[in-house]
Amino acid sequence: MLTRREALLGTAAGTAGAVLMAAMAATPALAQVPAADIKSLPRQKVNLVAPPFVHEHEQVATGGPKVVEFQLTVKEQPVVIDREGTTMRAMTYNGSIPAPMMIVHEGDYVELTLVNPETNEMPHNIDFHAATGALGGGALTHVNPGEQVVLRFKATRTGTFVYHCAPDGMIPWHVVSGMSGTIMVLPRDGLKDGNGKQLTYDKLFYIGENDFYVPRDENGKYKSYETLGESYEETLNVMRGLIPTHVVFNGKVGALTGDNALKAKVGDKVLIVHSQANRDTRPHLIGGHGDHVWEQGKFSNAPAKDLETWFIRGGSAGAAFYTFLQPGVYAYVNHNLIEAAELGATAHIMVEGEWNDDLMAQVSAPGPIRAI
Amino acid sequence: MKLNVQASMAIAATMLAAAGVFAPQIAEITGKAPAQMAAEPETVAIAAGSFELRLPGEFLKNDYPVDAPLQTTKVQRGFAIMKYQVSAADYARCVADGACEAPEANAITAGDDMPATGVSYRDATAYAAWLSKRTGAVWRLPTDTEWAYAAAERYADDALLLDTNSSNPAERWLARYRSETSKSEPDPEPKTRGHFGTNAKGVADIAGNVWEWTTTCYTRTRLADGAAQAESTDNCGVRIVGGKHRGYMSYFIRDGKSGGCAAGMAPDNLGIRLVREPDSLLARFRKLLPAKIA
Repeated sequence: MLTRREALLGTAAGTAGAVLMAAMAATPALAQVPAADIKSLPRQKVNLVAPPFVHEHEQVATGGPKVVEFQLTVKEQPVVIDREGTTMRAMTYNGSIPAPMMIVHEGDYVELTLVNPETNEMPHNIDFHAATGALGGGALTHVNPGEQVVLRFKATRTGTFVYHCAPDGMIPWHVVSGMSGTIMVLPRDGLKDGNGKQLTYDKLFYIGENDFYVPRDENGKYKSYETLGESYEETLNVMRGLIPTHVVFNGKVGALTGDNALKAKVGDKVLIVHSQANRDTRPHLIGGHGDHVWEQGKFSNAPAKDLETWFIRGGSAGAAFYTFLQPGVYAYVNHNLIEAAELGATAHIMVEGEWNDDLMAQVSAPGPIRAI
Repeated sequence: MKLNVQASMAIAATMLAAAGVFAPQIAEITGKAPAQMAAEPETVAIAAGSFELRLPGEFLKNDYPVDAPLQTTKVQRGFAIMKYQVSAADYARCVADGACEAPEANAITAGDDMPATGVSYRDATAYAAWLSKRTGAVWRLPTDTEWAYAAAERYADDALLLDTNSSNPAERWLARYRSETSKSEPDPEPKTRGHFGTNAKGVADIAGNVWEWTTTCYTRTRLADGAAQAESTDNCGVRIVGGKHRGYMSYFIRDGKSGGCAAGMAPDNLGIRLVREPDSLLARFRKLLPAKIA
């Protein structure tokens, strides 16, 4: 397997080889590699990290493609999704909502072990929007409680992509119960601003947004259930109304505020990846911008510049690159402000640093109205 | 909205004026014969005295926000304050009498053991009027000063104690956020009566997870800087709520959680604790009479 970078740098090869390489370089990721060669690739085992953080990774790949091993274990568990203690029967990968972010480079192979422990009630699988064929891997990964499966797919397209559970007949229920995550496939030479200038981030914030549909009892209180099976029918009835009871970041109202607020400094370059597996959303950083935004999340397209709000289609993940210019407490919201303020889709970012009076100043503090 | 341009003494007067706005309402209601006397809620006697009060509201000096002055404040005469917050059952009785509006649906808790929550300033004053009518005594919300004095050691000084020379406004925003976050881990589920114990003055559950309405209006004061006089602007559409940290809430808000601003920590719950005025001579006389004659 050759990447474009290696092909262009491949001066050691003979002339005939160079011609072949140039041909392959046009579609490097699509060149089919014999199974034996995949076996000989270096392997890297990655321990996933719970959101809003991500595992250590290179932005610019050193060396050639490799096989990157991940493991996801399905955890069916009750989770508290708001400050009132509303408890939802959740289905998760690795116990977090959203599921952890995986990061690889174009041309790498993702090798996922999906484990469905015997203690679970439900069959599960996984559909990677980044993968090609077999319903994104869904058709090859059905596991019953007590089973595991290993799937390999080649990361042929760059960008941020949703992955989610997609079992027959129950796809939306599994997704709105928490079974979605994100994989980011970086170009081997990292992110570019659209004019060839390198964009290197100091921090990556992984925001997974979820819409939940929790049934209420006759007094209007949210119900909780002993098992997933018991929760199914009433939850489906609320889902069919299409109006979520909760729209949250990181699985819970207030999961990214207060003590859990995100932190940055003036001058920090931040990549905010926003993932929504089911429903459209419109992230907005109050008092800031998206300097370079891949609204659709796909890095082969030049990023849009200077956005105020960006649109993430349900079933996709997008990425926004921003350099903080002012200190303060920022709110990062879904700019359907009803969803942000009433349903939960608000995160806070505490940014330390020096105030820039040139960008903004309070010329006169609030006081009595004077004659003009 | 009222504008005061006064010397620095004006602040305490402003707070008293806010209490005064409320008092005539009570007089009018209790002037009518109470239809039915009800049992008096248990109260705690708070003795007169003085204490260090961080003045409520926002303060500016040389156009920059600063901590409010710390002022030795005299409480001239003692007062009686409810030992417990108004219970959900007590409030429900007022609703049943048609004198109070049902609390916010999400906040309904039941029973004598649970505090009434999901109530606005309007609900709180309606309840005070109803209770006054029912008992023949004058019940009202406390002022911020009375609340802080009764809260005693649980009254939290909300000063940020930052370098006042900084011209970086974000320092105060960040410090305020940290301070409020550290004081109140969200804990919205109302707890049974007595859960938070009593303070040094014997007041139960004060500064627990139910903030209590006071009559004191929001004030913004520009402090005198030698050349200019102090001046302040009131907004009585916003009242102070006492709790783990001072809150400022629009009078119609019933759910503090959603009543806050974009990047601040809001009260977990809003509830009621009332002060009982000493009986007037007339009221004491009325209490001696059978209900029919009175």
